[in-house]
Amino acid sequence: MPDFVAGLLENLLTILVTVVLAIPAAIRAGTPLLYGTLGEVYAERSGILNLGMEGMMIMGAVSGFAAAQTTGSAALGILTAALVGGLFALIHAFASITLRVNQVVSGLALTMLGLGISSLMGKQFVGQPLAARLQPLEIPVLSNLPIVGELFFQFDLMVYLSIVLVPVLWFFLYKTRLGITLRSVGENPAAADALGVDVTFVRYAAVVFGGMMAGIGGSYLSISYAPAWIEGMTAGAGWIVVALTIFAMWDPSRALLGAYLFGGVRVLQFRLQPLGISPNLLNMLPYLLTILVLWLSSDQAAKRRIGAPAALMTAYAREER
Amino acid sequence: MTSAKPEHTLAVALRGIVKRFPGVTANDRANLEVRRGEIHALLGENGAGKTSLMNVLYGIYHPDEGEIWVKGRRVTIHSPHDAITLGIGMIHQQFRLVQTHTVLENVILGLRERFFFPEQSARPRILALAEKYGLKVDPDARIWQLSAGEQQRVEILKALYRGVEILIMDEPTSMLTPGEALELLHILRRMTAEGLTVIFITHKLEEVMEVSDRVTVMRAGKSIATLETAQTNVRELAQLMVGRDVLFRLEKKAVTPGAPVLKVENLNVVSDKGLPAVVNLSLEVRAGEILGIAGVSGNGQRELVEAIAGLRPVSGGKILFQGEDVTQTPPRMRIERGIGFVPGERWMALIPSMSVAENMILKNYARPPIGRKVFLDAEAVATHADTLIREYAISTPNRQTPIKRLSGGNIQRALLAREMTERPALLLVAQPTSGLDVGATETIWNLLLEERARGAAVLLISDDLKEAMALSDRLAVLFEGQIMGEFTAQTMDLEKIGLMMAGALRQPTAEPTAGEPA
Repeated sequence: MPDFVAGLLENLLTILVTVVLAIPAAIRAGTPLLYGTLGEVYAERSGILNLGMEGMMIMGAVSGFAAAQTTGSAALGILTAALVGGLFALIHAFASITLRVNQVVSGLALTMLGLGISSLMGKQFVGQPLAARLQPLEIPVLSNLPIVGELFFQFDLMVYLSIVLVPVLWFFLYKTRLGITLRSVGENPAAADALGVDVTFVRYAAVVFGGMMAGIGGSYLSISYAPAWIEGMTAGAGWIVVALTIFAMWDPSRALLGAYLFGGVRVLQFRLQPLGISPNLLNMLPYLLTILVLWLSSDQAAKRRIGAPAALMTAYAREER
Repeated sequence: MTSAKPEHTLAVALRGIVKRFPGVTANDRANLEVRRGEIHALLGENGAGKTSLMNVLYGIYHPDEGEIWVKGRRVTIHSPHDAITLGIGMIHQQFRLVQTHTVLENVILGLRERFFFPEQSARPRILALAEKYGLKVDPDARIWQLSAGEQQRVEILKALYRGVEILIMDEPTSMLTPGEALELLHILRRMTAEGLTVIFITHKLEEVMEVSDRVTVMRAGKSIATLETAQTNVRELAQLMVGRDVLFRLEKKAVTPGAPVLKVENLNVVSDKGLPAVVNLSLEVRAGEILGIAGVSGNGQRELVEAIAGLRPVSGGKILFQGEDVTQTPPRMRIERGIGFVPGERWMALIPSMSVAENMILKNYARPPIGRKVFLDAEAVATHADTLIREYAISTPNRQTPIKRLSGGNIQRALLAREMTERPALLLVAQPTSGLDVGATETIWNLLLEERARGAAVLLISDDLKEAMALSDRLAVLFEGQIMGEFTAQTMDLEKIGLMMAGALRQPTAEPTAGEPA
C-alpha cells in the first residue's frame, strides 16, 4: 500500500497533466451521455421512468450509422436516429402510460429488444469505416487560439448542439407555461388533470422526446465518436444515463456537469491505467457518486427541493377508485 | 334566492344520472337542481354517491345514463377541461396541488397564459382576486409550507382565476380547525354575494344548517330530497340521510377509573422529517377511562401513538406501562404485555389481500392454540375467525374473503375485534370512525365504551371533535406536539377547545382534573 501511495505522489504532476489534457476527450465521451440524460430528465419529469435508455441509444447508433452510410449524409443519419429513438420510446410510452404496466419491466424489455435488434441490423455494417464524417466546426477566432482553441474549440456540430440544448431545456422547464405543466404532471398528475391538462399527451410527448434525445446520443457514438458501428458499442452508456439523471437531480444544467464528469471518468480509465490506477476502480466511480448524491439528498427537506418527481413510476388513471 | 321558477335560474341540473363501477352502482338515477347564487349542500353518508355525482359534473367520471344541464343548456362534459370551460370548478377533499411548486405556479397550471414567464402576467390578477375575496396567501410560498387552510385558499384562488361560476367543494371543512372553518364560511358568503354558486359536499349535519341555503340529501346513490335549509332541522336531515332514526344511543356507564395504566413523562418524539413532533408531553391514562386527544391532524398525534406502540423511537422522556418503563421495549413485547393498537391508517394494521381469518391471527399466531411450533393449527385459526365474526357481527361472506373486500365499517370492526379479543390493558385507538357512516360509527363507539367498561385504559386520538367529546372522560387538546389544555366531560367547552386547536389559547398550568394525581 505505501508503495502505491508513493507511486501516486510521484506521478501526481503527470496525473494532473493527464487530467487536463483529457478534458476535450471527456467532453466527447460525455456528449452521448448528455443527450441521453437531457432526454431522460424530461421523461422522468413527466413521471415516467425509462430504463430502456440503453436500448434506445444503441438503436440510435445503428440506425444513424446505417442511414449516414447509405445516404452519405451525417445529418440524415442523426435525423434517422432521432426518429428511431422516438419510435422505440413510443413502445415504452404505450406500455407504461396507456396500458399502465410496470415501468421497470417495460423499460428493461426495451433495452433487451434494442440490444438484440441492433446487433441483427448492424451485422452488415461491422468493420465499415463511415464515409460521411462530421467535420470539426471552425469557430472564428476561438478555434485558432493557442492551447484553449485546441482544447475547447475543435468539436463538431453535435457537441455544440448538446451544449446549446442545456440552457434551452432548462429555460423551457422552469420559465415557460409548458414547462410548469410538464413538471406538474410528474409531481401530481391528478392536480394537473383537474385543471384540464391532458396528462396522457404530456407524458407521451416527454417520453418520445426522451427517446429522440437517446437516439441522437447513440448516433453520436457511431457517427462522430467512433465513427463506426461496433456491436454493443453503447457499452452501458444507457445505464450511466439513468444514474446521471439521478445525479443531476432531474435538472438539465446539472446534467451537463454530470455528463462531462462521467465522460471524464470513462476517458481516464484508459489514460490513468499506465500510472497504476485500476480501471475497475474508476469504472465504478459514476455509480459511487450517484449513491453519494442519493445519500445526501435522502433528507426529507432536501427531497422536496431537489428530489425525484413525486409521481415518478406511478401510472395515472382518472376514473380509478 | 327566494322565488324559484324558470329553468334559467338554475345553475346546474342533473337528471337521472347513473354511474356504475364494477360491482357497485355509485349513482342510481340521481337528480340535483342548484339555483344560481345559492350555497347548496349535498348531504349523505360515506358511499352515498355525493362525490361521484360531483365527479360526473366535473367530467372526471362519465355517466352511464342521464342528462347534465348547466345554465339552462344541455351539455356533455368529457373532461375537467370541458367543465372549466363551462365555468365549473371543483375542490377535492384531497387537495390537488403540486407540493413542490409555488402558489403562483399552481394557480396558472394548465392555462393558456403567456408562453414565457407566465407568472409575471398572473401575479397582479392573483393579488387582486385574493384582495377581493379576502384570501390571504403568499403567491411565492411553496405548497408544502402552507397549512391546510391556506392550501384550501390556493384551491379557491385557482378556481376563481379560471373565472369559476359554479364551485364544487368536497368536504371543505374536514381538514380545518373550527376557526378556519368559520373563515371559509365568510369567504363563501362573499362569493355568493358576487353571484357565484357553491355546491358543497358534506356529511356533517351542523354544517348544513349553518352554511347552506338549500340541501339535497343522498342515500345509496339516489337523491332522496331537496329542502330549504331554513325549513328543516338536524333530526329530519339525519333521518333522511340514514333512512331510519338515529339517536346515537351511547351506553356510557359510570365507571370509576382504577390505577394508572399508562404514564407518559416529558416525551419527545421527532417526525419523519426530523422535526420535533411531540414536545415534552406528559399524560396519564387510568384503567376504565378514555383519554381523548383532540387536535388538527398533523400536530403530533400520529407520532405520539406510534411512540407508545413502540413503532417510533423516542428522543427523550419516558413511557411507563403498568408502572414499568417500556420506553425501549420492542413492539412485540409491548403487545405481549397488553398494549393494543388500532392505527388511524387501517392498512398499517391489516393486510388487504389476505383473508379475514389470516388477518385475525396476525397478533396471536405465535401462541397456542393458533401456533404450534412451526405450524399453524388450521382448525384453531378457523374457530378463532368464526368466533370473532360472530361476536363482533362482522359482515363478511366468509372467513376466507380477502379483508379488503369488506365495507369500511366492517374492516374497522374486524380490526377492533382482533385487538379487543386480546383483552389489552391499554388500547391505543386513532381515528376509529374516519370514513365510516353514521350506523357504523355508532357500533364502533359502543365497542370502545365496552372496552372502557371492561376496565381497559383507552387512549383515543381523533380529528373528529364530536367523537372525541362524546367518548372521552378527559379530553386533552394537542397543538404542535404539546398539550394546550385538558377538560373533563363536565368542563368541555367547544369554543375554548377550538382556540386551543388553533394554538391561540393555552391553559396557564396543566389544570388538575379528576383523574390526575395531586
